[in-house]
Amino acid sequence: MMTEYTPEEMMIVEVSRRIPDGSVCFVGVGRPTLAAGLARSTRAPNVTLVFESGAIGAKPTRPPHSIADSELAETADFVVSTPEMFAYWLGGGHIDIGILGAAQIDRHGNINSTVVGPYDRPTVRLPGAGGAPEIAGASTATFVMAPHQARIFVPKLDFRTTIGRGDRAQDRADLGLPGVGVQLVVTDLCVMEFDPTSAELVLTRLHQGIEVDEVRRANGWDLKIAADVDRTAPPTEYEISSLRTFITTAPPSSNKTALDLPA
Amino acid sequence: MAIKVSLTDAISELVADGASLAIEGFSHLVPFAAGHEILRQDLKELELVRLVPDILYDQMLGVGACRRLVFGWAGNPGLGLLPRFRAAVEHEVPRRVELEEHTHAGLCAAYVAGASNLPFAMIRGYFGTGLEPPRPGVEAIICPFNGERLAAIRAVRPDVAIIHAQQADREGNVMLWGILGVQKEAVLAARHVLVTVEEIVEHLTPVAGAVILPRWVIDYVAVVPGGAYPSYAQGYYARDDAFYEQWTEISRDQERFDGWMQEHVLGVPDFAAHLRSLHRPTMTDAA
Repeated sequence: MMTEYTPEEMMIVEVSRRIPDGSVCFVGVGRPTLAAGLARSTRAPNVTLVFESGAIGAKPTRPPHSIADSELAETADFVVSTPEMFAYWLGGGHIDIGILGAAQIDRHGNINSTVVGPYDRPTVRLPGAGGAPEIAGASTATFVMAPHQARIFVPKLDFRTTIGRGDRAQDRADLGLPGVGVQLVVTDLCVMEFDPTSAELVLTRLHQGIEVDEVRRANGWDLKIAADVDRTAPPTEYEISSLRTFITTAPPSSNKTALDLPA
Repeated sequence: MAIKVSLTDAISELVADGASLAIEGFSHLVPFAAGHEILRQDLKELELVRLVPDILYDQMLGVGACRRLVFGWAGNPGLGLLPRFRAAVEHEVPRRVELEEHTHAGLCAAYVAGASNLPFAMIRGYFGTGLEPPRPGVEAIICPFNGERLAAIRAVRPDVAIIHAQQADREGNVMLWGILGVQKEAVLAARHVLVTVEEIVEHLTPVAGAVILPRWVIDYVAVVPGGAYPSYAQGYYARDDAFYEQWTEISRDQERFDGWMQEHVLGVPDFAAHLRSLHRPTMTDAA
């Protein structure tokens, strides 16, 4: 009997399968860490996790609350400063795969994490760029993970924070950005990859039980569909149990307790 | 150099209205005690620089102490948005804040340039995005050797840098370890430096990956045990995750935020009293 799983888990499992063993992966908290961590604990034990906070080779036993969690520093092969991280490790070209989320993403994989509405008087002020532009700018390839919703997959970004492909296939080269940029977008409904000529996202694989119409309705622009759309394989028992074990692991006992507040 | 003083005296000596301050900590060793003392002394019109503005800067913006914010990513790490930062930007509440916004790479490079006594840094980025020049602190520059267009980012040179560290020795040499973000660069880029520490030790025993800051780059050291609470201090105490989760609720609107700040920060004499106050039922808990 097949294991039950959620669309969210399917998204994480599919991304984990795309991470080759031995890759150096730059990840944020949440889904990217779950996907790269799952790859590491299943088929790709030599994956190196890199966090913007400076932890290189971190081996979290449970999902970190933030990129600066003490377990990341404690389990890392080494910890570097943030300037060093951006200059040498990202800028220097040592990151194989960057994995990002997106508040808004357009058909060329460009991402907005800055504002909803106009910049000078936004309706929602989002956190801003952070490391995302350099992660997508300097990694050899970048994956994006996000729930498939029309408010996220938008025809036009309110602000372009991070370049995925730009506007045309030539844009990244013109801007001096190495790597292919955003290469893969995985949602809770499907997988999308890029047409190399138009630099536009194309639906290539549907998760089990999802049909093209459902994806179209969840997408804010008229999504291109590949001629030969196939299906992702459902998560195996091994993948699901590894993922759930990671998510539900209790904090390591070596953590000192929170500051004892005076009575 | 590296004179040991009370936190109150250090702030009153170093920080004036209108100053440019870098109060750094990448979710670790965040100088909450120092930040609170700045608010307690009613300092205003500040330019605040921070790679990752978090709860502390949400508090400082919410009190209205900040005129201008230089930053890379303003949020509650792992949890989402900062309500008071949003209110300031979306509604100019309690006052308008001017923003100089960067990527982490750009602002880190700007700190490095400042620490190197150079007028600008250069990075490959900004073009083709909403942050492309011309904008405050960012211009285009052409490499004189290969003709490549790069972004020039004006150096960050704060009047004062404030960090929290685990240890200082009796001479005022400081050691910090764990996730250090851009703390060292902020210290070396600033004109004046305050370090708050967990404790004074006889000797700084080397820790793998630690940064040592010699006493001759530090103006003042203040001993403030727990001074990074609710963030953590590697080797001393863990992050209070529950507090970070509660922050969205506490700061959800100006009135509730003001009440909490008065009860726990502005209306108490010092950081030790702040920590004690968090054990007392508050008007916001009862609401």
